[in-house]
Amino acid sequence: MHRYLPHTEDDERLMLESIGAKSTDDLFTDIPRELRLGRKLNLNNSLSEIELSDHMKGLSNKNKSSDNLICFLGAGAYDHFIPSVVKHLAMRSEFYTAYTPYQPEISQGTLQAIFEYQTMICSLTGMDVTNASMYDGATACVEAAMMAVENARRSSIIVSRTVHPEVRKVLKSYMRFRDVEVIEADMADGITDVEKLKPLVEAGTARVIVQNPNFFGIIEDLTEIEKMVHANKALLIDYADPISLGILKSPGESGVDIVAGEGQSLGNSLSFGGPYLGFLATTSKLMRKMPGRIVGQSEDADDKRAFVLTLQAREQHIRRYKATSNICSNQGLNALAAAIYMTTMGKKGLKEVAEQSAKKAHYAMKQLTSSGKFKPLFNKPFFKEFAVMGETPAGKINDELLKHNILGGFELNNEYPELKNGLLICVTEKRTKAQIDKLAQEMEVV
Amino acid sequence: MKNYNSLIFELSKEGRKAYSLPPCDVPDISLDSVIPPSLMRDSEPELPEVSEVDVVRHFTNLSNKNYGVDTGFYPLGSCTMKYNPKINEDMANLSGFSNIHPLQPEATVQGALKLMYELDGMLSEISGMDRVSLQPAAGAHGELTGLMIIKAYHESRGDKKRKKIIVPDSAHGTNPASAAVAGFEIVEIESDKNGAVDLDRLKAVLSDEIAGLMLTNPSTLGLFEKNIKQIADLVHEAGGLLYYDGANANAIMGIARPGDMGFDVIHLNLHKTFSTPHGGGGPGSGPVGVKSELARFLPVPVIEKKGDSYILDYDRPDSIGKVKSFYGNFGVAVKAYAYILSMGGEGLTDVSRKAVLNANYMMSKLKKYYELPIDQVCKHEFVLSGLLENDNHIATLDVAKRLLDYGYHPPTIYFPLIVNNAIMIEPTETESLETLDSFIDVMIKIAEEAKEAPDILKTAPHGTVVRRIDEAKAARSLILKWDGTYLHKE
Repeated sequence: MHRYLPHTEDDERLMLESIGAKSTDDLFTDIPRELRLGRKLNLNNSLSEIELSDHMKGLSNKNKSSDNLICFLGAGAYDHFIPSVVKHLAMRSEFYTAYTPYQPEISQGTLQAIFEYQTMICSLTGMDVTNASMYDGATACVEAAMMAVENARRSSIIVSRTVHPEVRKVLKSYMRFRDVEVIEADMADGITDVEKLKPLVEAGTARVIVQNPNFFGIIEDLTEIEKMVHANKALLIDYADPISLGILKSPGESGVDIVAGEGQSLGNSLSFGGPYLGFLATTSKLMRKMPGRIVGQSEDADDKRAFVLTLQAREQHIRRYKATSNICSNQGLNALAAAIYMTTMGKKGLKEVAEQSAKKAHYAMKQLTSSGKFKPLFNKPFFKEFAVMGETPAGKINDELLKHNILGGFELNNEYPELKNGLLICVTEKRTKAQIDKLAQEMEVV
Repeated sequence: MKNYNSLIFELSKEGRKAYSLPPCDVPDISLDSVIPPSLMRDSEPELPEVSEVDVVRHFTNLSNKNYGVDTGFYPLGSCTMKYNPKINEDMANLSGFSNIHPLQPEATVQGALKLMYELDGMLSEISGMDRVSLQPAAGAHGELTGLMIIKAYHESRGDKKRKKIIVPDSAHGTNPASAAVAGFEIVEIESDKNGAVDLDRLKAVLSDEIAGLMLTNPSTLGLFEKNIKQIADLVHEAGGLLYYDGANANAIMGIARPGDMGFDVIHLNLHKTFSTPHGGGGPGSGPVGVKSELARFLPVPVIEKKGDSYILDYDRPDSIGKVKSFYGNFGVAVKAYAYILSMGGEGLTDVSRKAVLNANYMMSKLKKYYELPIDQVCKHEFVLSGLLENDNHIATLDVAKRLLDYGYHPPTIYFPLIVNNAIMIEPTETESLETLDSFIDVMIKIAEEAKEAPDILKTAPHGTVVRRIDEAKAARSLILKWDGTYLHKE
């Protein structure tokens, strides 16, 4: 008997009698003989908990985690502080062993938590409405793009080259199969080149994706782009870092139509790239185009406040072949973690995280460039990431840093061949002055 | 605590905090000196100001208003709500898995890559496919990825006419939606009276415009598609490919494999078949498997073994590209991998045998009280069609809501669409005879109540933290965030 399977031999016999079958094999006679496997699966034997745990620890120990390495790597996944309460509360099994809240009477916990998540995301982004989360930042951005394409019924989309390369790659895969042309707008000195963007927008492409702070950590001033986009009756999509919104102007204040972003920084561990959560927020005007689940407030039969999934007519399981998005699940548990994180950090905490990250990043930039061996790659205001370059290939620097248990920055030439030797450094509030000084010191001697 | 009804915002008090950060130890600068004030926000975001105890009590109270598999029996058809082993959570939380950055050098994540490579091999063996990508984040995402692969395959052959996908009317709603998002037209075919693919109707729609057929086997009625080999031959002869929706794979592990049935592309749901928790709506994971001739189209990167090391292979020119950042929901993959190791090959086979045994047992008992439209041996789930005797016009919804009063999560209702008043029951293998019997007794009791006290059903539930919720009001008033004005009613 296996620990997860409760059937005794007596149970099995009793059940078969009730069914009127001689053996469990009789329950599989509907599978044609030639389709049956007819052999054992070529897999391991069942492991006990001790054996499993030993095996898994063996694998886990082959990885170098942020416990062993000082992390200066960002580029879309961030080593921010996660308060202890986040995991304790999100790991309450009433939350994590539940399904999607289709039975609202016994799912008020999940539903209210999502409602609170929605409220906090709207507040951070300055938008009217958001959904219950998406798979990740990149797919949220694609869904935003599809909303905009659907809205404007024109079949091209402009994306700035300063948008995260992974996001652009995912966008291209999706759009290839929808016959939507993806036009990349060039960059100048690390930001979207407004002069080159202009003719593209005027040529009739009805939607533009920018990132802020952009992939290089630079805070782009969206004022001019926003005016241009809206003057041409186009829609502006902003890919945003939620932590930055503790101090930076919100996309809503900048007149953005749809905001998408990666929510991992909000209380979710790095976890080798997933599970994370994407957030997607928009204006009331575009609300009904928004994919994914949304929780709304209502009342029950006794007039008591209650929460329920709403606007479901937009969803794929109702629209079927008329659907413009096939999104079914959200990242419920990750959105819950984000809600608990935002609650725990609160109004002051999120701001302090953003401020400390920015201040430490600026200190790091100063230290790294003080001797002149490394120069800032761009001369623009930045948030928690910045790019430097020197004479040494970025890969070589990272190899040396790793020997000192430092996880170096993102090697920019992998995605931007013209940015030879460029290294994108990320500094979060978790880094100390001593760690930053160590980074500067080791880079100086490479 | 049943009456706890506060929003976190209603607990907020200026000046309270639930976090601590060390003092900023770098020389202080004014951010205004490095970031133009015009790029900064004017006002702080409206997040709550509460103490740590407030946070803990609030979310603990919310969790008490939830029902999970750990609370009790959850026979939600098509969702495979089996027990989610605790050890798997511990394993995914090992620092070597949870605290690694996706862009770290390969040499520092060899354990993670090995795990993913081995899971690919395990899922390939279980499904009879040749390669599996772990990148898709959910079942629907897997469908979309699989359909992109099918489209890329036809396009690579210069076969541009194939713009249609056949989907049976019994399919999950995501099937046609995914096909639409992948840029296909959908051809829906009506099922036969047993809910199976109607071969004549299939033949009638096959042509050189058909890119493929999407199928769930066992079907959404919980019945094995006996003609699957013929179906596969017909579609292949017409130049199409077969897509397998793995939602129901819990019925056939170690017994039959989609790869041997003729499917070319599949997805599996790690959050159903492989025990990873549903998380109140995610994260899931929907790995996509293909036959070797389609492997070149899989999303990048593919994990390969080179000598003794594992690498992320991006050098795949025919790939459909990326469908998600990085490599998928790795944390979910860790749990599924741990599950497969815990069960072993024979254990997984036993899982499917017990899942099918449980479903048939419940069906044999319940068909005396509820209408069973197709009375034949079922696989891991079965579909009832409302009450057998129903003079009082009790809706399936009423039965479901009454189950809440008895402490159960109801089955899936009104799906599949081809069965009237559908009640779709999937017990899973982790439930004991005693649990099944208790649930069966309650279902029988409800059938009696339907005759003798119908109003109890029509106004159910009565004992839950909230009663039936006005969904129309939610859609009408569209309160989608706290507006700060609602004073809660007692």
